[in-house]
Amino acid sequence: MIQAATTSSHISTIFLDFGLLALLVIVAFAIVRMRSLFAIVMLQGVYSLVAAAWFVTLDAVDVAFTEAAVGAGISTVLMLAAMLLADRESTPIAMKRQWGPLAVVLIAGVAMLYAVPDLPAYGDANSPANSYVGTDYLAKTATEVDVPNVVTAVLASYRGYDTFGEAVVIFAAGLGVLLLLGLNGNAGRYRAEVDGHKLSPEHAPSGSTDKPAAKHSSEDAAHRPSITQFEGDSS
Amino acid sequence: MDGLLSHVNYVVVIILMMTGLYVVFASRNLIKKLVGLSVFQTSVFLFYITLAKVAGGQPPILIKDKGSPTGYDDHSAYVDTVELAASGATYILPGQGSDVLYSNPLPHVLILTAIVVGVATLAIGLALTVRIREVYQTIEMDTIESDDFHYNLEGIDTSGPRFDRVRDTT
Amino acid sequence: MTPESPVSDPHVLLRVIAKFLIPLIALFAFYVQFHGDYGPGGGFQAGVILAVSIILYALIFGLDEAKRAFPPALIRIGMSLGVLLYGGTGVVAWMLGGEFLNYSALAHDAIHGQHWGILAIELGVLTTVTSVMLAIFYAFGSRQPDIEDGEW
Repeated sequence: MIQAATTSSHISTIFLDFGLLALLVIVAFAIVRMRSLFAIVMLQGVYSLVAAAWFVTLDAVDVAFTEAAVGAGISTVLMLAAMLLADRESTPIAMKRQWGPLAVVLIAGVAMLYAVPDLPAYGDANSPANSYVGTDYLAKTATEVDVPNVVTAVLASYRGYDTFGEAVVIFAAGLGVLLLLGLNGNAGRYRAEVDGHKLSPEHAPSGSTDKPAAKHSSEDAAHRPSITQFEGDSS
Repeated sequence: MDGLLSHVNYVVVIILMMTGLYVVFASRNLIKKLVGLSVFQTSVFLFYITLAKVAGGQPPILIKDKGSPTGYDDHSAYVDTVELAASGATYILPGQGSDVLYSNPLPHVLILTAIVVGVATLAIGLALTVRIREVYQTIEMDTIESDDFHYNLEGIDTSGPRFDRVRDTT
Repeated sequence: MTPESPVSDPHVLLRVIAKFLIPLIALFAFYVQFHGDYGPGGGFQAGVILAVSIILYALIFGLDEAKRAFPPALIRIGMSLGVLLYGGTGVVAWMLGGEFLNYSALAHDAIHGQHWGILAIELGVLTTVTSVMLAIFYAFGSRQPDIEDGEW
C-alpha cells in the first residue's frame, strides 16, 4: 500500500507537495520572529492561503474553498480592522522569558512525535479513519440523499444537528461582538437614554477627532474603569 | 525510506502546530497571541485532512456514470422516486468492481465546521482586545498585568492615557 | 472620500473597478450557494463571499454609504432570521410526521424531501453568515480609534 502511494505520484507532484509544506513552515517561523503587527496579520493571511492550496492537493476541495474564503479573506479583514483600533508594533520578548514556553512546546512536540509511527501511512485507504462511517456515507448518499457532493450531503443531512449548532455558534459570536462593540460602534461608552432622558451629558462621537472625556475617574479608588464605568460618574 | 516518506507530512504538521502554540505562549501582545492561535488551528485542520486523504482518490464528489441520462437535471415535472431510479442518474460508487476511489468525506465535514467556529471565536477575541485597548491604553500583557497588580494591591490607578500621562480630574 | 475635483481623484481607478466587480462577486456568491450540491460550495462559503462583496463596497465608497445601502437594522434581523429558518425547517419536518431535522417528511417522497430540506437550511446558513460577518465588520469599522492616524 505504501509502495503504491509513493510510486504513483509524479515527480512534479512531490515537488509541489514539499514546496507548499516548506512555504508553510517558513511563514510560521516568520510569524514568530516578526514585530510589526501589520506584517504578522498579513502573514497569517498568507498562511491560510497556502494552507488552502495544500488542502486542494489533499483532495479536500470544500475545505480549501472555506479556508480560502474564511481564513484568508474575512479573518484577515477583521484582524486588520481590530489592529487599526489597537497598536501597530509589539514589544520584543526578553530572552529569559522565552525558555519556559520553548520547553513546554518542545516537550509537547516530542510527545506527539513519539506517536507518529503509530499513525496510518499517508494515503492509506484502509486506515481506521477511512473505513467505517466515511465509506458508509459514500455508499449511501446516492440512494438516500441523491446529491453528488457528499460533503454537502453529510453536512446538511446526515450531520444536520452539528451544522445547526454551527449556525447558532456563528449567531452567538455575532451577538457577542455586538454586545462588546455595538452595531454603530458605541457600546460601553455612552449610556442609553431612559424615557428620553439622557443620563449622561456625553455624546457619541460624530466622527470628529475629540477624544471622549473623563474616561477614568481618579477620585475614587474603588471606581475601576470597566464596562459599566459610567455608572458612578459624578458629572 | 518508505516509512519516512509516508509519515513526513505528520512531522511537518506537528512542527507547525508547535510553532503556533509557541506564539500563543510566548508572545505578550494580544493580537500576536490571536494570530498564533489561528496558525495553531489551521495546523490542526491540516492534520485532520492529511488523515482523510486516500492515495489515487478523487475529491468526495460523486462522478456520474457515463451511461446514465442527465437524470434530475431536467426536473420539469414531478418524477416518482421509482421512475427516477429507473431512468435516472447513477453514480460511480466506490467498492466492489469499480476502480474509482474517493477521499473520506467525514473529516472534511468536521473541519468545515471547525473553520467557521474558529473565525467566530477570533471575532470575539478581537472585540475583547479592542475593549482592553480602550481601558488600559495598551495591548501588552505585561503592562496590563502590572496595572491590575498595582490596582488590586495598592489601589493606585496607573492606567490612563500613556502618551501624555495627564489624568482627567473631574 | 470626497475628492477636490473628479479629475484628480486618486481613487477613480478603484471606484471604476469596484463598480464592475461588486455585482460579479455577489453573483458568484449565489452561484456557490446554489451549486453547493453539485460541486464545492454551500451556505458558509456563499455567505462569506456575499459579505465580502459588501465589505468591498464599504471599503471603496465609505462605511456611511454602505450603511445606507445595507442598513444595520436589516443586518440585525438577518442574523436571527437565518437561525430561525434552519430551526424552522427542523420543526416543520417534525410537525409533518418525521423527527426533528428529518427532511424526508418534507415532501411527497424522501428524495425530494431531502432536496427541499437541504435548500432551506443552506438558505438559512447563508442569511446568518452574511449578516453576522457584516455586523462584525460594522462593529469594528464604526468604533472610533483612540489614536489618530497622524500620531502613529
